[in-house]
Amino acid sequence: MHDITIVGASICGLYTARALRAEGFAGRITLVGDEVHRPYDRPPLSKEFLVGTYEIADIQLEDEDEHLDLNYRLGQPAVGLRAREQSVELADGSLVRGDAVVVATGARARTLPAAHGLEGVHTLRSLDDAIALRADLQPSHRLVVVGAGFIGAEIASSARGLGLEVDVVEVAPTPLAGPLGSRFGGILARLHERAGVRLHSGVAPATFEGDGRIRAVVLADGTRLPADVLVVGVGAAPNVEWLSGSPVAIGNGIETDQHGQTGLPGVFAVGDCAAWADSATGRPLRVEHWTNAVERPTVVAQQLLHGRTSMVPRPTYFWSDQYGVHVQFAGSIVDHDEVVVEDGDVDALRFLVTYRRAGEVIGVLGVDSVRQFTRRRRALSAIRTPA
Amino acid sequence: MLNVCPLSELPPGEALRVPCSPPIAVFRTEEGEVLAIDDTCTHQDASLADGWLEGCQVECPLHASRFDLRTGAVDAPPAKRPVRTHRVEVVDGMIQVELSLDTPNLPPGLAAGSGANA
Ligand SMILES: Cc1cc2nc3c(=O)[nH]c(=O)nc-3n(C[C@H](O)[C@H](O)[C@H](O)COP(=O)(O)OP(=O)(O)OC[C@H]3O[C@@H](n4cnc5c(N)ncnc54)[C@H](O)[C@@H]3O)c2cc1C
Ligand code: FES
Repeated sequence: MHDITIVGASICGLYTARALRAEGFAGRITLVGDEVHRPYDRPPLSKEFLVGTYEIADIQLEDEDEHLDLNYRLGQPAVGLRAREQSVELADGSLVRGDAVVVATGARARTLPAAHGLEGVHTLRSLDDAIALRADLQPSHRLVVVGAGFIGAEIASSARGLGLEVDVVEVAPTPLAGPLGSRFGGILARLHERAGVRLHSGVAPATFEGDGRIRAVVLADGTRLPADVLVVGVGAAPNVEWLSGSPVAIGNGIETDQHGQTGLPGVFAVGDCAAWADSATGRPLRVEHWTNAVERPTVVAQQLLHGRTSMVPRPTYFWSDQYGVHVQFAGSIVDHDEVVVEDGDVDALRFLVTYRRAGEVIGVLGVDSVRQFTRRRRALSAIRTPA
Repeated sequence: MLNVCPLSELPPGEALRVPCSPPIAVFRTEEGEVLAIDDTCTHQDASLADGWLEGCQVECPLHASRFDLRTGAVDAPPAKRPVRTHRVEVVDGMIQVELSLDTPNLPPGLAAGSGANA
């Protein structure tokens, strides 16, 4: 193994390079990225960067004194994979040859075609998106956010903090029912109201009015929400189309075994673009969280270089910071039959709950309960470590 | 010297946040050593006293960077800068901390004087 190509120069690509070096790989690592920026951290884009307490320098992921010796090819989308030779074709027609390919092309924001073409309409995934949105979040502007998921909620929170009037529209009857279940998704949604943000749930946006610029969002029930800025926060789709000509299996993400290995020898996928076989169910499961993008590269590096791994994956963990509140979740809620309030006060929006299946704790949700949460998260890891 | 609390009130494996400015975190390791660092993570506004203590390292409760309690050094991003360490003495069963005179490495957006609210 002399030459490894990583496609996608974001957190997962960078951590893969780090993990390869940490495992002793001294050969050439080429990092291909379609963005012109060096790897940066995305979570602050909806939080500190959006409100202006962080600048670009604060979200850079590389350390100055880190000598990874990477061969960057930035501003160059990969457009195809030549599977038999483990080579990657770039948009300028050049070919990056290697002995192995790690795909870490992440995901992109889904859009609402009906809102296309109007000024003031944004999605948020990249640094460039964040720069454009930040410039548009003037205190005199009215913001409508479509989608009350974590990122939508964080954007609403940041904009409210900047002094904007904010409405949030959510098609589902309760926000966050997918990740947290409808009861606690609904409880968390109270954070919006508490901050003076109006939440309209169980109703779809019907039309987007504008005169070149967005002026209002009309909901299916006839409600008209005036808007100068619209953010579409309706989830993310994996960046996998560039692989469509290759034999790699693609469903909701690039499908791999439990270690990120695709069906093609020498080709791996990791991070937001990948659907690893879930260790519990064996089914492909795409995870879109930061800790996943940071931890799994070690598994890939070990598997790629040594054909085995000593890493025991930890239960999924993610956080969301909104309205000055720390929301943390670890584990899973799948098939839970009970939710137990372990600590705090649900009505005061400071609490810790566990999700249980047949009595066993499978998930932990903490809202402004960082200390208790960390303990529970560790306990969860201990239970789930296979014997 | 800052009087923190009697040693008997800080069991091994536990941490205490002292709400001074900036706040500091005092840890008693399982081995019995008492160590103090700035409480606020250098990455973002998280309280390291809420983190997970393992040996003489603490893992940040939010994004899992680990800080060495003796040197303040951080093992891996996202935190990049070390935390300040403070000298600790136990005098007559009382934990006392001598605050460092170095400039604290507070996270961007947090000026000295404001504290972690986690
Ligand atoms: C605004 C925002 C806030 C978030 N907040 C949180 C949070 O609070 N907590 C949490 O746990 N997670 C959060 N996340 C999720 C977290 O950031 C992602 O899980 C993480 O970025 C995934 O890393 P990745 O490297 O797999 O993918 P990405 O970060 O999406 O990077 C993929 C890279 O590949 C590039 N690329 C795509 N196609 C090609 C191609 N064909 N050729 C070359 N390059 C290509 C992309 O442009 C991108 O640079 C947030 C995400 C966003 C966008
Ligand atoms: S807040 Fe400590 S690592 Fe992020």
